[in-house]
Amino acid sequence: MNNILVLPVVIPVLAGIILVFFRSYIQIQRWLSLAAVLSVTGVSLYMLNIIQNEGIIRLDFGNWQPPFGILFVGDSFSLLLVLTTSLVAAVCLIYAFYSIGEKRERMFFYPFVLLMVAGVNGSFLTGDLFNLYVCFEVMLLASYALITLGGTKPQLRESIKYVAINVLSSWFFLVAIAYLYGTLGTLNMAHLSERIAEAGQTPLLTVISILFLLVFGLKAGLLLYFWLPGSYSVPPAAVAALFGGLLTKVGIYAMFRMFTLLFYHEPGITHTFIGIMAGITLIGGSFGAIAYKDIRQIVSFNVVIAVGFILVGLAVATPSAFEGAIYYLVHDMLVKAALFLIAGSMVALTGTTMIDRMSGLIRHYPVLGWSFFVIMLALAGIPPLSGFMGKILIGQGAVEGGAYILLALSLISSIFVLYSLLRIFLNCFWGESTTSEEEVVPLSKGWLIPCVLLTAASIGLGLGAEFVSPYVADAARTLTNPYIYIDAVMNK
Amino acid sequence: MKINDVILQTVTKIVVFIILTMAVYLFISGHNSPGGGFIGGLVLASALVLLFLAFDTETIMKRIPLDFKMVAAVGAFIAVATGAASLFLDIPFLSHAYSYFNLPVFGKTGLATVTIFELGVALGVVGVVVTIILSISEDV
Repeated sequence: MNNILVLPVVIPVLAGIILVFFRSYIQIQRWLSLAAVLSVTGVSLYMLNIIQNEGIIRLDFGNWQPPFGILFVGDSFSLLLVLTTSLVAAVCLIYAFYSIGEKRERMFFYPFVLLMVAGVNGSFLTGDLFNLYVCFEVMLLASYALITLGGTKPQLRESIKYVAINVLSSWFFLVAIAYLYGTLGTLNMAHLSERIAEAGQTPLLTVISILFLLVFGLKAGLLLYFWLPGSYSVPPAAVAALFGGLLTKVGIYAMFRMFTLLFYHEPGITHTFIGIMAGITLIGGSFGAIAYKDIRQIVSFNVVIAVGFILVGLAVATPSAFEGAIYYLVHDMLVKAALFLIAGSMVALTGTTMIDRMSGLIRHYPVLGWSFFVIMLALAGIPPLSGFMGKILIGQGAVEGGAYILLALSLISSIFVLYSLLRIFLNCFWGESTTSEEEVVPLSKGWLIPCVLLTAASIGLGLGAEFVSPYVADAARTLTNPYIYIDAVMNK
Repeated sequence: MKINDVILQTVTKIVVFIILTMAVYLFISGHNSPGGGFIGGLVLASALVLLFLAFDTETIMKRIPLDFKMVAAVGAFIAVATGAASLFLDIPFLSHAYSYFNLPVFGKTGLATVTIFELGVALGVVGVVVTIILSISEDV
């Protein structure tokens, strides 16, 4: 029994509910929400170290033994993501303090953020497929509220698409779960894995797995990313950073769980599908990233490229590719949030979203400019920054697995990432400043500090790879050997 | 033209009590048979919606001066808190206790902490449903 495992969900939920009662006390809202997220950071760090010593931990709700009850399972993969989620959420909250505006703060902004974090953490921790659906819904409902909060015209326009596509994919999710339950008679993930291994992955099960692939492809923006750039570019910067940093990653996590724990017997079909989808995502995302002049669109398409890149790791499915994908997942959560925050600050400072109307920003905002530069290098995978380890390990995995086309595509996509961001850097930060000294809008510290914190986290993750690697290696070990997970759930 | 809704209003006054009784019955029976907090809450909310339809929103809100957003929050809090109470008692999250008591009127009665959880669910459902109905009606 490890009640501590439920804290990453219960703390944000309770704090969120309590904050509803303190609607007009904005200071309490701010500090309580930050405290909640930071305590989750502490708890998940503590659990991560417990797992290194004692192996995977689990909590059976209400003492119902698996496979009968629902449960939370914490392995290194889950907790690395929970830890990163709470870090990103904390930084985005600090940014929101100074940018989101009192109107939104009074409309339950902080409770919604906390509920979304709870949903994200729940999705990472749950060991039950239906519970995964529920946590997805908690996260999505909160995100529906966050994307519409403020009610500007573009927000409402994009939110209709966002809600429609997510309701549709949730329905597919439910249908897929029903098929799986009808076929195998259980929804506990470890139990499912056991039964699939016993019965063999029949063609029927492979079809169901493709349905799951479709669902998570919609949620994560793998191939089916058409809704993503629009919806991620309309909300305020702090919310966009949360979305870009966290939401698609939950879909990616779910795909990793499904195709390493449950449906790993027919890689010739499922993993080939994932590989093709990842390849097309990389190509489409790269075109999108260089096609637009709207900075928010460019940044959103960078999210799409990263999704394709991480899923290359899953398609290749060698131990080093898994390790690389996990590194890159953690790195991408931090760096994408930073990218959205910096882009949001640039839009707020200049009053335009078009990169050809901005110029010479680095003259007035040097720290912001260099943060952007570092983030850009990290995304391109320049050592010693955080993207390097992920890129080289996925590349190594692709070579081992003989997936040379995917290797080429992922390397070329890195060049497109670099080019698209370099274009922003040269257009917006370089060049002659068009605003005179008197007209310069001062950059508030509250905007700058979150960007710098995330940039520092990216550098830290790159330089501190030595400290992170045991956790990542353990996470990848569990992904490669599903019986470790099954053993922890069913036989302890 | 003024709509004559005497019949609706008269019937509502009686029917609301039937619905509310049904809601309480469903709520309590939910422990071992179909029913429970969610369904009881929905039926309870339907009684309120009927009141809003038969009379107008202002009249009812004057008589029942509740902020239903807060009702939902109180409900959610009760539900989560009963689960979280097990954190302090060092038993797995969401554990529930069940025991028999000799009560004066009812005799030997089974009481479970699940009922408190269900009460939270019911309040949450009532709060959310009424908030949705009221905010839709405000728009028109």
